[in-house]
Amino acid sequence: MGREILRMENISKSFPGVKALDDVRFNAYEGEVMALLGENGAGKSTLMKILSGVYTKDTGKILLNGKELEVLNPKDAFDKGIAIIHQELNLVPNLTVYENIFLGREETTTYKTLKKDYMIKEAKKLLDRLKVDIDPTLKINEISLAKQQMVEIAKALSLNTSVIIMDEPTDTLTDKEVDILFDVIRELKAEKKAIVYISHRLKEVFEICDRVTVLRDGKFIDERLVSEIDEEEIIKLMVGRTLDEQFPYLKTNTSEFVFEVKNLTNKYVKNISFSLKRGEVLGISGLVGAGRSELGKTIFGLYPIDEGEMILEGKKVEFKSPKEAIENGIMYVSEDRKSEGLVLTMDVKSNITLSSLDKFKRALGLDKKKEERISEDYRKKINIKTPTLTQKVKNLSGGNQQKVAIAKSLLTQPKVLILDEPTRGIDVGAKREIYDLLNVIKKEGHSVIMISSEMPEILGMSDRIIVMHEGKIKGELTKEEATSEKIMNYIIKEEEDRIESKIS
Amino acid sequence: MKAKLAKAKPFLGLVLIVIVVSILSPNFFTKDNLLTVLRQTSINAIIAAGMTFVILTAGIDLSVGSILGFSGAICAYLLTNGTNVILAFLAAVLVGAVFGLFNGVVITKGKVQPFIATLATMILLRGATMVFTNGKPIAVKGESATNTLRYIARGEILGIPVAVVMMIVVFIICYHILHNTKYGRHVYAVGGNEQAALLSGVNTDRVKMLAYMISGILASIAGIIVLSRLSSAQPTAGDGYELDAIAAVVLGGTSLAGGQGMILGTVVGAMIIGILNNALNLLDVQSYYQMIVRAIVILIAVLLDRKDKNK
Ligand SMILES: Nc1ncnc2c1ncn2[C@@H]1O[C@H](COP(=O)(O)OP(=O)(O)OP(=O)(O)O)[C@@H](O)[C@H]1O
Ligand SMILES: [Mg+2]
Repeated sequence: MGREILRMENISKSFPGVKALDDVRFNAYEGEVMALLGENGAGKSTLMKILSGVYTKDTGKILLNGKELEVLNPKDAFDKGIAIIHQELNLVPNLTVYENIFLGREETTTYKTLKKDYMIKEAKKLLDRLKVDIDPTLKINEISLAKQQMVEIAKALSLNTSVIIMDEPTDTLTDKEVDILFDVIRELKAEKKAIVYISHRLKEVFEICDRVTVLRDGKFIDERLVSEIDEEEIIKLMVGRTLDEQFPYLKTNTSEFVFEVKNLTNKYVKNISFSLKRGEVLGISGLVGAGRSELGKTIFGLYPIDEGEMILEGKKVEFKSPKEAIENGIMYVSEDRKSEGLVLTMDVKSNITLSSLDKFKRALGLDKKKEERISEDYRKKINIKTPTLTQKVKNLSGGNQQKVAIAKSLLTQPKVLILDEPTRGIDVGAKREIYDLLNVIKKEGHSVIMISSEMPEILGMSDRIIVMHEGKIKGELTKEEATSEKIMNYIIKEEEDRIESKIS
Repeated sequence: MKAKLAKAKPFLGLVLIVIVVSILSPNFFTKDNLLTVLRQTSINAIIAAGMTFVILTAGIDLSVGSILGFSGAICAYLLTNGTNVILAFLAAVLVGAVFGLFNGVVITKGKVQPFIATLATMILLRGATMVFTNGKPIAVKGESATNTLRYIARGEILGIPVAVVMMIVVFIICYHILHNTKYGRHVYAVGGNEQAALLSGVNTDRVKMLAYMISGILASIAGIIVLSRLSSAQPTAGDGYELDAIAAVVLGGTSLAGGQGMILGTVVGAMIIGILNNALNLLDVQSYYQMIVRAIVILIAVLLDRKDKNK
């Protein structure tokens, strides 16, 4: 059993209208991974932001190696050995990978000029350790979200730290990348570092964590050994009750086609054809970078189409902008809520209604009473945790932000709803709520295209699944025939073919 | 509660300045002087109202001073040549709208940074004004024209100067647009996160083009007021006004990063600048020192505001 490195006692923190943390305690142990679990808005990120100097605590104390620790700001926390990988990426988009890794602690010569070659080499080493192939001289905005996440991890690794906090690090990673990350975590354990691991994926907790601490509504609930607890019990600690079946799949029996895509081709996707029935959930599976989001955005009118056509309810359609797509009943919810999904500076209500303001138009201006009433309905319907509807969205927890983005899309009452990683960062209870919502949408006769990297979700909720790779459709499976092996086979076969053709 | 206090801050600043100035100069808090302050402030306030739209979309409009000068010159020319007063005014406003739209098109379709695009328009129109006026003032002649201009400059409605009434009307309309209409919501959305706004079905280019157009229109309305003051169009009219307008917007608590701020703050910001100018004159501060004092007050006000926002 590991020695206790970190101890947080009696930590409380309030924001206007919310008590985010209430007398919380938290420990981390040498060479162990401590999972920090709880529902969206339970206070996990807030607790870790206090530890890493982003927020100041109202009360309580922090002990590192038995000595009381005062963290003044994030830089101070770094210097004292606490590294954090934030839930929301914190990279400067137009700086290069290596510049981001060394941001704030650049290596210089005695003449104060930058040792660029040295930093590039060191960055390369760190990335190699993560087994990711990223050129350190590329700019952040030139690499994929998943790779950005790996850079964020590399940044934390490069520090000489004793505690490493990972706030939902696997959110944007593929299974393969998750495996690599877990290997790194095992190495870090061997180096006797203490790791704090926040995730909503309980499977991962059982794979990599040694203990769990559970928070609920800002309060400490329990600390347990992973070996002495099961999934059901963890969920019970988190949500305060037991949940029934995780995937409430609902079979639909329609045969009428609503939406059809024929030979869609552009810069990002090649020859895409599929059709969607009324009340159907079509899952799109594939690796990150398979062109799934690009396909969604192309349908949504964001990227121009070179060839092919789209047919909605028997009529040929063409959208020059998302505005036109929405007007025609097609809506897309981005996987990247921070930079594409939400206007963080606006309040909850204004975000929910942003795509549907025409519904609130009256002779002069907007009907704000109606706007409030309807936003409130949605807040209740999908259980968005916020003190008021006028709270700025940037002050909500990650999962609740995601629910706001979904509420916005539902309010447009789309005939075809494209959900890109809809449950990313969402807790077990809320996931279940979103799946229930999928069923409601189905029953109302609307259709969903669900892009997801989470295999259980794809298998659990889709009526049909198409598998994409490198911008092309590689296979289609019905609910009955689909297994995760079959899906992976489509992808792997393709990868092998590619490698073979390269060799020959 | 805290949030409300932060919003009231520019207003508290205004109250503070009024109190301080009233103590320093007994001539300040008189009805006549206050009306003078309001009348002087109206020009900057009207320009700043348009600037608020632009800044809320995370842009900037440096061309307002030149638009003011150019539309004033056109208006004066038309009036002198016997054009109907209403038509001449409409022509001035049309000039503002066209060049505002021009800014918007260059910025959205040409993908040019707002700073550069409007800087170019600023230089272009100042040059055009010089060419058009031959570098000399255009004095307005003709009875009906001079009468109307005099009414705008010195007339009153219910005891309130006409220019001030115009300012109040402008702000009521702008407030309504920003807070009660779909377009207003879109302005905040585009400034807060343009990509998210686009994906939410907002026609972001149109929102921005309209913002610059509103800014141009309001600058030309201010141009008519400036013209009325002197009954002649000066080739340098409006020179440097863009900076006062930007200062008023920022003093009013609107973020230059876009997406956050309020039009009511802009009135208050313009008032603070107007009162400061008035007080410095009343106190007989030499004009060179006036600049230094103004700069210091603006800096302090903005710093106080920032400090609060970082928490
Ligand atoms: N800066 C802030 N201002 C106001 N409220 C905040 C702020 N940051 C967090 N909160 C609130 O504090 C509570 C805890 O949020 P926190 O981000 O810690 O949740 P979390 O457990 O990390 O959730 P998630 O799993 O969704 O990421 C939430 O109710 C949130 O709305
Ligand atoms: Mg969080």
